[in-house]
This record gives sequence, structure tokens and C-alpha cells, in this order.
Amino acid sequence: MKLLNHTTKYFSILLIILISIWAVVFYFAMLDEVYDSLDDGLENQKELILQAVREDPSLLFDTEFGVNNYTIKKTSQPVSEHFYSDSYRDTLMYMQVEDEYEPVRILESIFEHKGDYYKIKLITSMVEEDDQIENLVKYLIVLYLLLISSILLLNNLIFRKIWKPFYDLIGHLKNFRIEKDEPIKTKPTSIDEFRLLNLSVEKLTEKSRKSYLVQKQFIENAAHELQTPLAISINKLELLVEKNELTDLQSQEVGQVLDSLGRLNRLNKSLLLLSKIDNDQYIEEERVSFNEVIHRTVENLEDFAVHRGVAIYVDEKEQIDFKINKDLSEILMLNLIKNAVIHSDKKSQVKIEVARNSITIKNIGENKALNPEMIFKRFSKNSSNKSSTGLGLAISKAITDRYQLNLTYHFSGQHEFAIIFP
Amino acid sequence: MKILIVEDEPQMLENMKSSLEREHYRVETADNYLSAIDKIGGYDYDCILLDITLPDGNGLELLQELKKMGKEEGVIVVSAKDSLEDRLKGLDLGADDYLPKPFHMAELNARVKAIIRRRNFEGSNIIEFGNVSVRPENRTVYINEQVLNLNRKEYDILMYLISNRQRLVTKSALAEHVWGDHIDQSDSFDFIYSQMKNLRKKLSDEKATIMIEAVYGVGYKLKDIQ
Repeated sequence: MKLLNHTTKYFSILLIILISIWAVVFYFAMLDEVYDSLDDGLENQKELILQAVREDPSLLFDTEFGVNNYTIKKTSQPVSEHFYSDSYRDTLMYMQVEDEYEPVRILESIFEHKGDYYKIKLITSMVEEDDQIENLVKYLIVLYLLLISSILLLNNLIFRKIWKPFYDLIGHLKNFRIEKDEPIKTKPTSIDEFRLLNLSVEKLTEKSRKSYLVQKQFIENAAHELQTPLAISINKLELLVEKNELTDLQSQEVGQVLDSLGRLNRLNKSLLLLSKIDNDQYIEEERVSFNEVIHRTVENLEDFAVHRGVAIYVDEKEQIDFKINKDLSEILMLNLIKNAVIHSDKKSQVKIEVARNSITIKNIGENKALNPEMIFKRFSKNSSNKSSTGLGLAISKAITDRYQLNLTYHFSGQHEFAIIFP
Repeated sequence: MKILIVEDEPQMLENMKSSLEREHYRVETADNYLSAIDKIGGYDYDCILLDITLPDGNGLELLQELKKMGKEEGVIVVSAKDSLEDRLKGLDLGADDYLPKPFHMAELNARVKAIIRRRNFEGSNIIEFGNVSVRPENRTVYINEQVLNLNRKEYDILMYLISNRQRLVTKSALAEHVWGDHIDQSDSFDFIYSQMKNLRKKLSDEKATIMIEAVYGVGYKLKDIQ
């Protein structure tokens, strides 16, 4: 939910509560006023009638509400003083005009005339209460809507303007790619908080970018510097073992050291390859037929696969041509297919499927899904495979990222790696 | 046969020198740009191994000087950089081959031999070892004048072993040469065995007087058993 809508949401909730409470209070206050003025009117009328009765006693026999809005009935002497006082109450009465029962206010009182006691009732029609509530609600809803729309308007016009630097910054951050972009540059703003935020973000991203560059450089330099001593050690041992002066056991031991150095060498080469991909050092691009690359790779891996008892099948439904660096396309396919072969069960099959815009490589191996979050990370190794460099899939991922291809992993009884072409 | 190695790293230089001396070449060395220029100017070589990064200059400049002098030496550029630009630049400037560091001694031998062969016989020559002869230009192998049918990999293995005859070739050097640079991550080179087995069988079936000897745990050695 957007920031602007958040404020609007809270405002609306607050207003609903406030206006509801206000409506109740307002209704009762209004009602109170209405009763007050009705009762005053009734009392005034009573005084007028009592004066009239003194001058014209015939009025004492108006026992029905006809044209008059009062009745007078003879009654016995009240038991206590209390009955002399006026009492007001609400009741319903049939109205001919409206053809229904309408609420009326009634005043009852007892007075004495020449030793006799009479009961007087006065009525007056009340404002229709239900109409009143209906009207009240209508007007309150109008008020509520007016308030909300003015808040929305305020948000859209003023808040948007005020928060602009913030949204600009978010836009920058969203598009920021540490390995690609220039540092974030923000526009100057007059709001202190945003100025501070911009400054902090600029500093932070610049710092991360620098340390990223330094780290990248470091890996490349380290790998370069390792090459010469590695070459020297490997070559010295090769010469030593060639001299024919060692016993078989000694030769074997040297062989083991050579194997380890070889592994170190491979690791180093993979690191160099990764940093070269990261540093965009593979500039040359051409249209490469992935079908041909797959053919060559499968051919190169044939001996290796046969040795492991794995058969490789290629199912070419379509031709895929893509503009890419040729070396990288070969490294990509080799890594993925080799990976599938290495992790396949004996006597199983690796299936490569070339569809219209995807290449899928399936193999049957450990019957458990790999963690898709982890497999493309550097040095994330499957424990069953001690001597791999743990960089093969990271390299594949770096290559696909470099060319905006999508490399996915999926497990459905078999392991499935797919390259999705745009 | 005279070879000049231009390399500033003393240990690397020493390794390359002793490996090539075992092949009975006369090896001379230069560890900086100036002494390399002196040697190139004063003598003729059959092959020059050229490191790109030198303390007082660039190997590629040396290559340019060499071409300016009209020298015809075969040049192998040796570099730790392994960058495409260096490779292309070196080959553009007239280098015959490019060998990225680190490399196996067997690979160095094979490359130097190939260069010398190309230079001296313009590519059409016959390499003989025991009763086996190889014609590299059309990739055919003969035993006692009879053609021996080998597949691509078997031929590459045999050729590599012949280039390094009587020397021990490690499994990884062989695998990288025959199966390509990127095969390596496969962490075990046992898959070489099956091709090796076939090749050995073909050689012994045709009564070749050479034999591939396995040095357990390390690699192979091609021997004359006459």
C-alpha cells in the first residue's frame, strides 16, 4: 500500500469514528432542544386555556380533541399535591392528513375550578423523528465524503509535491545495480529530513560500490598472482617425477600433490573466469547456434559420461541462435551438462531438450530437491561431491545474468536446469 | 636447434629451461627486455618463448621489434594474463602460438616441437618413433607402412605422447590437451582409461614397437620396446 493511501486510510477511519460519535451526540442534543421548545409551547397554551375557562365555563365540556387540540374532563380530587404538576409524554395519534399514526407530544395537568377538579390534556404534533434521523445521516454522509475527498485532494496535490524527493530516491534505489551503475545522484531539496536521507543514501551506495569494486579487483589480482607460483610448483614436480629417480611410491605421492595442485589451479581459473565475466571482459559477441554448441559439448563429454555410465540424449525441437560470446556459450553449456553428468545416478540418462526459447537439462540423481536459493551461490557445494570447485553453477549463473537470460532450477523427481531465452 | 626463453620469473625460467634441455635443445635465456633485444639482434633462434610482462618492457613490443628486423623465428607468446586481447594482439603481430600460464611442461614441449616442425619442414614431414610414423598434415599414422585407423582422440593422445616420447606425461596434461581446457573440473581423469585401452590394443594388434606405459597415479610414458 502506498504511503499516501496509508494516511488517507487512517484519516478515513478516524473520521468515521468521530463523525459517528458526533452524530449520536448531535441527535440527542437536537431532540432535547425540540422537546424543550414543544413543552414550552404546550405550557403557554395551557395557561391561555385556563384563562379562557375562567371567562367561559362552557369550555369545560370540550371532552374530545375535535377542532381543538385539547380536552378537559372532570376528575376526582387528586390524592396528593403531586398530581397538580404537569406531566409530559410521547404518544402516537392518528392523523388524517398523513393517514397514519404520528408521534405527538402530550401535556397532562389537573386544575381546580369552582371546587371541582378537571383534567386537561394538550397535544402538539412532533417533528417526525425517523425523518429527522434519516436526514441527519444523509447530511453526515455528505459531510464525511466531502472531508475524505478534500483529504485525497490534499494528498495528491500537496503531499505528492512534498514527498517528491522521497519518491525520486526510491526510484533511484530500485534501479541501482551495484555492478553496473554510476553512484546515485539526487536533486537538492529544501526539506531537512530528505536532504539527510539523500545524503546518507548517496554515501552508503557510494561506499558499497567502492568496496564492491575493490573486492572484484582483489579477486582478479589474487587469482593472477597465484598463477605464476602455481605454474612453477606444478612444473617443478612434473620435472621431478620425469627424472626417473623416484621410487614408485614417491612418484605416486608426487602424483597426489600434482592432483591437488591441479584442483587449486582449476579453482583459480574458475575465479579468474568469474571475475572476467563480472568485469565485462568478454566483449566480442556473435550469433551462436546453441544446437551446435550442445553437439560439440556432448561430444567432448562423451568419454567422461560413458565412464560414469551415463547416457546423454539431445532432443532438438527447435534451433536456438543467440548473440553471445562464443567462449562463454561453450562454458555455459559445458558446466550445465557436466554438472548433470556428475550428479547423475549410474546407468541413468541426461536429457537435453532444445525448445523454442529454452534449453532444459534433466538428470536423475539424489532424490531430493536442491535449495534453489543456494545452488547458484559461489562455493555452495553438495556435500557428496568433495572435489568440485563449487563454482560451476555460479559461473553459469554469471554468464546467463550477463546476457539477461534466465537460469532456473526445478525439481520434479529429477533435477531440471533450464535456460530461458528472451 | 636453438631456443630463446624470455621470462622474468627466475623459477619459471629455470623450469622451462631444464624441460627443454632434456629434449637436447640449446636453450638461452633473457630475463628482461634489453637483454632479450640484444640476444635477438645478435643471434638466430629456431623458436622464441616470449613472456608478455617484463620488468622493463612489454613482450608484445619485443615481437614488433623482431618483425621489424625481418626475423623469421617461430614465436610462442607465454602469458599469465590469458586475456583475449593479448592473445589476439600477439597472433596479429605474428606470433605462432599462445600459451597461457600455468601450463604443463608436456604441453610446452608439444607446442615447441610443432613450431619447429612447421618452420623446418613447412609442415610436411614424417615423425617416426619405433616402427610407427605419423604424418601430422593429414593426421595419419602408419605402422610398418600400414595405415593404423585411429579416432580423433586416439590420434591426439598418440601425437601428444610422441611429442613427449620417453617422458612422463601427467594425466591432467593429457586430458587438457585432448579433451579441451574446460574438461578439467571433472575432478578425476579416469575417463581417459577407455580411450587409452583402445589405443594400446590397436598398437599391440598391429605389432607396434612402441608401448604406452602407465605410471600409476601420475600418468603415462611412451616407450620404444625394441
